[in-house]
Amino acid sequence: MAIIETKNLTYTYPGATKPSIVDVSIKVEKGEFVLITGPSGCGKTTLCRTFNGLVPHFYQGELKGEISVAGIDTLKHHTYEMAKHVGLVFQNPENQLFALSIEKDVAFGLENVGVPREEMRRKVDWALNQTGIYDIRERSPHEISGGQQQRVAIASVLAMEPEVIVLDEPTSFLDPLSAEKIFEVIYKLNQEQGITVILVEHRLDLTAKYTNHLIVMDRGIVRLEGDPRQILSNEETRLIGVGIPKATLLYQMLKKEGLNLGDKTPLSSEELAGQLLEALGHP
Amino acid sequence: MIEAKEISFSYLNKVEALKGVSITIKDGEFVAIMGQNGAGKSTLVKHFNGLLKPSKGKVLVDGVETTKSSVAALARNVGFVFQNPDHQLFSETVEEEIAFALKNFGFTPEVIEQRVTWALNLLSLTQYRKTSPFLLSGGERKRVALASVLAWDPKTLVLDEPTIGQDHEQKEILRQFIMQMQTQKKTVVTVTHDVEFVAECNPRVVLMKDGKIVADGEGKEILTDPTLLELSSIVLPQIAQVFNKLAPLGFPKDIIDIYEAKQIILKAKEKTR
Repeated sequence: MAIIETKNLTYTYPGATKPSIVDVSIKVEKGEFVLITGPSGCGKTTLCRTFNGLVPHFYQGELKGEISVAGIDTLKHHTYEMAKHVGLVFQNPENQLFALSIEKDVAFGLENVGVPREEMRRKVDWALNQTGIYDIRERSPHEISGGQQQRVAIASVLAMEPEVIVLDEPTSFLDPLSAEKIFEVIYKLNQEQGITVILVEHRLDLTAKYTNHLIVMDRGIVRLEGDPRQILSNEETRLIGVGIPKATLLYQMLKKEGLNLGDKTPLSSEELAGQLLEALGHP
Repeated sequence: MIEAKEISFSYLNKVEALKGVSITIKDGEFVAIMGQNGAGKSTLVKHFNGLLKPSKGKVLVDGVETTKSSVAALARNVGFVFQNPDHQLFSETVEEEIAFALKNFGFTPEVIEQRVTWALNLLSLTQYRKTSPFLLSGGERKRVALASVLAWDPKTLVLDEPTIGQDHEQKEILRQFIMQMQTQKKTVVTVTHDVEFVAECNPRVVLMKDGKIVADGEGKEILTDPTLLELSSIVLPQIAQVFNKLAPLGFPKDIIDIYEAKQIILKAKEKTR
């Protein structure tokens, strides 16, 4: 069974004249690494807010169609009930952190749902270890770097052991190396723990290599969905205004000039470099 | 021209954010300041319009020391767009937001109207003219903040992380706009983490680390130096990554431009025939 399934989902914010998402029907299988992209205002953030019920419970407005997440109809259940199943990580970690120590921040969600002390200890330590911040757990979340703060935000949702983690441009404020490390942490959780990841990103140069399910949205509509290699080599994707990774773009440019690098569209510099070494390395 | 001479700066009782930084930015230059979170990039550029005054050393804008001139007077020449648009937006509509500074600078209503329309159009905000900035998305609010500064046409533009939350098309518009400012001999200084954006614009790149400048030079030269970049918590642009791995083929490593990359590879292919 799909972990997330929507059918003809259409949502309008209160007071808005037109819907932000229109007729969205998607299916996400357990363990997938989904990347949602598309031009500003295409509805990607709004769609993510439906996954834990923030839309419509918090934002109000009008939601039509069907949605089920981890087997639960989010329309009939509160956001706090969804928190056990879906964790949300936002762009700016500062907005999400508030406790006196990192450890307390990570434990907060568990305290709220009344997890016994022993079990809480175990889950918090696990989440701190998974995100590589165990050693700094006693420090204040406000005196650490932005990259570390975003790890705390991820650890906080991870401690709840959700089936799905939704991340909305989680590295925008981070320097490139810290961003790369965050994506590696997320990828590891996906690969080793089998957690379903939904990542919203503009910057495919950094993220295309992790995904196995790409969703391209435009003006509230899902325009393309499926295999990232196929979608990123589709001319329509570029015309929608999606920033194609440079490695993928270079592969296409070379192909047009008659340089055959094989059928596999590369999603990363490693893949393209490998293909080029293969094609040009044996004169 | 902006000149920082041996400037140091500390926030209230805290560690020094700048430790004796010297830099000269000439009229018409395009400079990208890059480096780790907390390296002192934003602190440095806030000295360029007098928002911050150095505790040691001095900053001269067109020969005048920033300590001897007010932020309001400096703002006319040096427009500053903050990283977080919410730090600068406050008006009820996008239109009023953009008109605000123009009114303060004493432009006539006709000029204000014309400038507002121009700025809205340039940043694809015309449809939001009468909307509250707070109902817009993060990326759109960022464009409103940029529009409000561009509208008064400052001689120097300081952009703190202008590409955050912007899609591919918006970045391309921003890039073209910066190029256009260059042809008008205007100065653009940007603080950014966006290596791909910098690789496409190819400006002068200044790398900072721990309150100091660690490298200053051509984009092509700095963005293809893995050791230097790692020191500043930056990764190579994707094209440079590819060429870094193609060293066994005898390819040059200092490539960041996709068209140049294509030419080199096609030429190599000719040779293998």
